[in-house]
Amino acid sequence: MRRFATMLAAAGAALGLTLAPAGAKTIRIGIITTYSGPLAPPGISMDRGLTLYAKLHAKDLPKGVKVSIIRRDDTGIAPATAKRLAQELVTRDHVQFLAGSVYSPDALAIAPLATEAKVPFVVMNAAAADLVRKSPYVVRDSFTLWQVAMPMGEWAAKHGMGDAYTAVSDYAPGWDAEGGFIAGIKAAGGKIVGSVRFPLNNPDFAPVLQRIKDLHPHTLFIFVPGGPQSTQMMKTFNALGLAKAGIHLVTTQDLLIDSELPKMGNIPLGVVSSGTYQEASPRPANRAFVAAFQKAYPGSVPDFPAMQGWDGMAMIFRVIRQTGGKFTPAQAMDILSHYSTTNSPRGPFHIDPATRDVVENVYIRRVEKLKNGQLANVRFDTFPMVSDPWAKMHPQK
Amino acid sequence: MHQAVSAAISIGFFGLAYAMVLYLISVGLSVTLGLMGVVNLAHGAFAMFGGYAVTELMARAGLPFWAALTGGVVLVAAGGAVLERVLYRRLYGGDELDQVLLTIGLVFISLAAARFGFGTLDQVFHPPAALAGTITIAGRSFPTYRSFLILCGAGLVALLWLAVDRTRFGAMLRAAVDNPRMAEAVGIDTGRLFAISFALGSGLAALGGGLGAEILPISPAYPVQYLVDFLTVVAVGGAGSIRGPFLAALLLGISQTAFLYFWPAAGSFFIDALTLGLLMWRPRGLVPAA
Repeated sequence: MRRFATMLAAAGAALGLTLAPAGAKTIRIGIITTYSGPLAPPGISMDRGLTLYAKLHAKDLPKGVKVSIIRRDDTGIAPATAKRLAQELVTRDHVQFLAGSVYSPDALAIAPLATEAKVPFVVMNAAAADLVRKSPYVVRDSFTLWQVAMPMGEWAAKHGMGDAYTAVSDYAPGWDAEGGFIAGIKAAGGKIVGSVRFPLNNPDFAPVLQRIKDLHPHTLFIFVPGGPQSTQMMKTFNALGLAKAGIHLVTTQDLLIDSELPKMGNIPLGVVSSGTYQEASPRPANRAFVAAFQKAYPGSVPDFPAMQGWDGMAMIFRVIRQTGGKFTPAQAMDILSHYSTTNSPRGPFHIDPATRDVVENVYIRRVEKLKNGQLANVRFDTFPMVSDPWAKMHPQK
Repeated sequence: MHQAVSAAISIGFFGLAYAMVLYLISVGLSVTLGLMGVVNLAHGAFAMFGGYAVTELMARAGLPFWAALTGGVVLVAAGGAVLERVLYRRLYGGDELDQVLLTIGLVFISLAAARFGFGTLDQVFHPPAALAGTITIAGRSFPTYRSFLILCGAGLVALLWLAVDRTRFGAMLRAAVDNPRMAEAVGIDTGRLFAISFALGSGLAALGGGLGAEILPISPAYPVQYLVDFLTVVAVGGAGSIRGPFLAALLLGISQTAFLYFWPAAGSFFIDALTLGLLMWRPRGLVPAA
């Protein structure tokens, strides 16, 4: 019996040796995000943020502990693929964390696997409000569309933009943005004069915007997923002359995502939006982040997915540092869901342990031209420490 | 009343611009189908490469819009001529399954080539400065580039129809579509005719793809994404017909725009139902070729 145990131990040790060099402990982190296809830009941005954090902070890990990042490409909005990749990461690669997910349908497919395998899943973008309820192992550092769009609605109604028309991409985040904005504008005494949802894979926004131009509302709220569609939408908005016709545009950070701003020319100048992060923020933590990012990836602009990747990796690193690399899934979840910092590039934020969802400032920003001639989202008002309003309005039974 | 008029003007305007792009791209497909009896499913790839040529020649080589457009059309037409001589001619009068297999194969090759060469993102298309912004006609403002697209499209359509009706080449083309064996018997070199018209059709598709890059954004998915639209235009218009696809493009362009205008969430369903209805009513198309 004893001999058998020794053999088993030896076999275990041998196995351990093949996984990591002697004495070192490796924490495996499985990243599932979008690396290819037309929806890839936010996924690549996220990967850059989290990779950069891991690279710059590898020295802060406990002695003898290493981090190994295993990357998988979900190719876009592809829940079946995301689920299969999560399964492989859990069963074959034995990851101790799952993280990533630009798109909510993918994250929703991964959540049940996180529960089954008891692997903490750090969501670094996917914004569907109810996602955190799908598994006790989900924690989110990004935002929900309700959280960002509702303050925009409130701000608009309080600043003479209370007669608004909404136009959103016809999929879950678009519906959430619409719902949040409408709730916000109504709460502040404004009203909605009309709403339209257009197909997500719309080749041409012109007829939709032309209809709005013909109806001539005072204010227009637009949501499209942040990325190439942002630039296409702003260009069509300009080509049709909606601003010249006196229609005031308000939006969320998705339409004016920092990484697309340089492609828009002067079109978005003066547009007001709500968001959780702006690349131009003068906060020292952000200047350091932007400088490191641009040094590592010359010619690129960090945006909110990059910041969320960075912060998500910071959360994982905190678990490893606090436990010296030895933790159970429950301990990891405990640290993650009590996470709090004042030093994120976005400013302060914390995780609400009751919901495992993020609580953070929502900034009201205007696109301005900086001294160097580049456009940037510049903060001028803040809704402090906003938590997801949808969760409050729909308490869990 | 005022609102109804402005809606009608908006839909007419945007529908017309879209129809022009659809027609320029699809007319070559109609000719290949009517003249050579080849279902060229890879036709959209010619339009896509026209779009890539225009955007890339402008962005990387710094060519002005017109030069890039001309360059794109010439390149794609030449490529079309080569493909016709090497591949397509083997299919004339052949089995339909062979045609589908070969042309679908070409579609896949074009998807992979575009992805490899230009990445997966939509191309950024900047219309020339003179055509950016809006112009005001009778107190209403219209996007300049689309106004240009309508005028340019109308000019090209007129030119094309004149050429088919009035030139010797047009007469030969019509004769060959009507009765290829008789055309050959009276001394028309149909092989040469096929090659020239295939190259012209490819060039027109490239022109449509390049001009229309603002309406149908250029990405590697292009040949598949819009294939149904191009085939619908040809099937509804009447394969082999030159004028029929124009009517069909107008119908499709305007109805698609109207749905996007009034009821974007339900658009494609009704377009497909409309196509189905039209084809049940006239299975050979609105303007069947003889």
